Amino acid sequence: MATSHQASGIQAGRLSAPEIAENFGDLHAPYDQHEAAVAADRCYFCYDAPCMTACPTSIDIPQFIREIQAGHPVSAAKTILEQNILGGMCARVCPTETLCEEVCVRETAEGKPVEIGRLQRYATDTLMAKGVHPFTRAEGTGKRVAVVGAGPAGLSAAHRLAMLGHDVVVFDSKEKAGGLNEFGIAAYKSTNDFAAREVEWLLQIGGISMEYGKKLGAELSLDALNGAFDAVFLSIGLGGVNALRSEGEDKDGVRDAVDFIADLRQAEDLTALPVGRNVVVIGGGMTAVDAAVQSKLLGAENVTIAYRRGREAMGASRFEQDLAASKGVKLMFNVMPKAIHGNGAAAEIELEYTEIKDGRVAGTGETVRLTADQVFKAIGQTLEGQPDGLEIEGGKIKVSETGRTSVAGVWAGGDCASGGEDLTVTAVAEGRDAAMDIHSSLMG
Amino acid sequence: MADLTTEFLGIKSPNPFWLASAPPTDKEYNVRRAFEAGWGGVVWKTLGSEGPPVVNVNGPRYGAIWGADRRLLGLNNIELITDRSLETNLEEITRVKKDYPDRAVIVSIMVPCEEEAWKAILPKVEATGADGIELNFGCPHGMAERGMGSAVGQVPEYIQMVTEWCKKYYSKPVIVKLTPNITDVRFPARAAKAGGGDAVSLINTINSIVSVDLDNMAPEPTIGGKGTHGGYCGPAVKPIAMNMVAEIARDPQTHGLPISAIGGVTTWKDAAEFMALGAGNVQVCTAAMTYGFNVVKEMISGLSNWMDEKGYTSTQDFIGMAVPNVTDWQYLDLNYVAKAKISQDDCIKCGRCYAACEDTSHQAIAMSEDRTFTVKDEECVACNLCVNVCPVEGCITMEEVPAGQIDLRTGKVVSDQYANWTTHPNNPSATAAE
Repeated sequence: MATSHQASGIQAGRLSAPEIAENFGDLHAPYDQHEAAVAADRCYFCYDAPCMTACPTSIDIPQFIREIQAGHPVSAAKTILEQNILGGMCARVCPTETLCEEVCVRETAEGKPVEIGRLQRYATDTLMAKGVHPFTRAEGTGKRVAVVGAGPAGLSAAHRLAMLGHDVVVFDSKEKAGGLNEFGIAAYKSTNDFAAREVEWLLQIGGISMEYGKKLGAELSLDALNGAFDAVFLSIGLGGVNALRSEGEDKDGVRDAVDFIADLRQAEDLTALPVGRNVVVIGGGMTAVDAAVQSKLLGAENVTIAYRRGREAMGASRFEQDLAASKGVKLMFNVMPKAIHGNGAAAEIELEYTEIKDGRVAGTGETVRLTADQVFKAIGQTLEGQPDGLEIEGGKIKVSETGRTSVAGVWAGGDCASGGEDLTVTAVAEGRDAAMDIHSSLMG
Repeated sequence: MADLTTEFLGIKSPNPFWLASAPPTDKEYNVRRAFEAGWGGVVWKTLGSEGPPVVNVNGPRYGAIWGADRRLLGLNNIELITDRSLETNLEEITRVKKDYPDRAVIVSIMVPCEEEAWKAILPKVEATGADGIELNFGCPHGMAERGMGSAVGQVPEYIQMVTEWCKKYYSKPVIVKLTPNITDVRFPARAAKAGGGDAVSLINTINSIVSVDLDNMAPEPTIGGKGTHGGYCGPAVKPIAMNMVAEIARDPQTHGLPISAIGGVTTWKDAAEFMALGAGNVQVCTAAMTYGFNVVKEMISGLSNWMDEKGYTSTQDFIGMAVPNVTDWQYLDLNYVAKAKISQDDCIKCGRCYAACEDTSHQAIAMSEDRTFTVKDEECVACNLCVNVCPVEGCITMEEVPAGQIDLRTGKVVSDQYANWTTHPNNPSATAAE
């Protein structure tokens, strides 16, 4: 029998299997054909369209929407995938409300943009459902490229390199590809094992071999890769997490949000995944929202996001904030963790109110205590395990516009590299652009 | 609330909205429902001669084109005249007219082009008590191949001849329904008048193929693998119908001939536009077939609301008011100069005006780095394309350049004198201005 919301501590089975299934269903139901036609018809086919400029992968959005409108979503999918091979995932996880849809002229006109993300999903889903891969490899070049990290940047680079005729080996420390698509983002954005299916579909291009369980600094070394391959692309992500540096951080029930989300994404049965009755998430980004919302969906009674600055400074978009609120997550602003209390395990969190002084967060001295049997830390990830010899800038591997690192023959992209926002779509763009640069450098 | 009572050929109806002769008026059952919904009159679906009635196909009769949200824009049909017996129809018409004396009941007729055929049917129709008849010279499919419908409507001499027979054997008003499938609608209209017709009604449906099934390679609707041309109607045909109505209204030979306008009337505004162009009333079919008879309620409230706003107390007040302003191109004032103006407050920066003007017109719109769009007066010919492609109503307007100011495109001072092509120096056949 399922335990109720009120069961104290960190417990599995707070909700029944049907409740869990409903909670973790698709965030946005996919469009059917008619809905897609109506949504597509709203596009004005803008000249030099702002949406296209706002897209980090520069998808020709008016073109693909017109192809949907004219009844050939498969062409629309090709238009998308030519620019963004992970267009299917980006359609699900892109914060479109701060990218293409934010600048849609319909947003200006009526506060209701063309639903570009959902249209993109309609197109890419249609193509993927046919089980076809629309790209073919160029004649083999005989060049070999190593890609380290099978997340969005690595997969994007690998696909483009393979398409151009190079032989690619992708290494990943985990036993599964996908990176944050597989282990990081919220489950309701990638239902039905989409991340894994997308990787499988992507690999149909051929010329890419996957090697799992190989980690840079352990099984792999940059020097060896650089010697064995014609080029190396690093897309190792951000492996470390920031510490709270608060008293009681080591108590039971306090853990990194990214680990909780990874467990959740890999869980066979979500009713068996434990969650606290009173959950507090520290942080203000997408990870914080993903952890908080999913805690609530697992059946936590009270979930609070505690963020040290004001709403406007939050990394999570307004859409994400509203999503959290709609699921019953409480958002607290201008509070920072001071201590976690409890006898061995967390029982309460003590938060201190903050104010911004000269742009910096400072405590006011006033505190508040919340009941908390589970505390998730979502205050940012850091570069970890990067090879020696690479120049670092702002905590990331320094790269040029086209992804070149300070070491000859080595490129980098995605969250581990400098520049760009830490978004799936940005990683895809960086992987693709680095691949193009690797190609010209190898063939030049 | 304005009084919508309309008198057309002396036939009174509580409003100018009649149902056209078509499937909605094929039976007593439908017509009673129409009158209960508020329709001012009906033109009963076309009757044929006594004897075995025509037969319709047993596959689809209608095809359509739609907007994105399945809004029906144009409908096409291959249905024939009534396929019920003449007797049944006449009995029903008699009963309905008796029960609804305040509504107009017109009977549409199509019989072979022989005097005897008309002589035979007209007294029977007269006996129903219906208010008038409409001659179906328009149907473009099925009947035309048998020498009826548009086969008659395309030959002005036949129109005149049959109209004369009708005036001879029938005492009440005769409305001649015209086909648009001709080169110049004024000729059949003149023939109807010459034959003594009391009014014309137009347009009947337009010959059309609405779509092709690209899998079966056949026109739609497809019946047993084949399709045929059908009659096109609905909102899409309204502009064509309005031009034809206006042509007849302003033709000196037919000016003043009462017109019952048909063609895509969907809302009160469509009706008001037709009436401004000289129609005494309107007939509706596709709107009713798309939405049901209750659409007339909006037409009634909309028209009276507009009339109240304008201070019109009767439909007579505005019928034909736009006719004097319909002219031929050669009489348009070439000294009238306008320029497009973009309201920056309303602009949503889509750039459609820019794409349209830059690619397909006069390169008269400038686009800045920050997507501000402005009109280059020195290039703008006031073509109005930007206004038409702008998704924001009222954002781009055409502003008249007042006389005395310089038109930056030509460098000339705008004249306050009217001047048209007939006197223009570039016109080889120009006549010197008086």
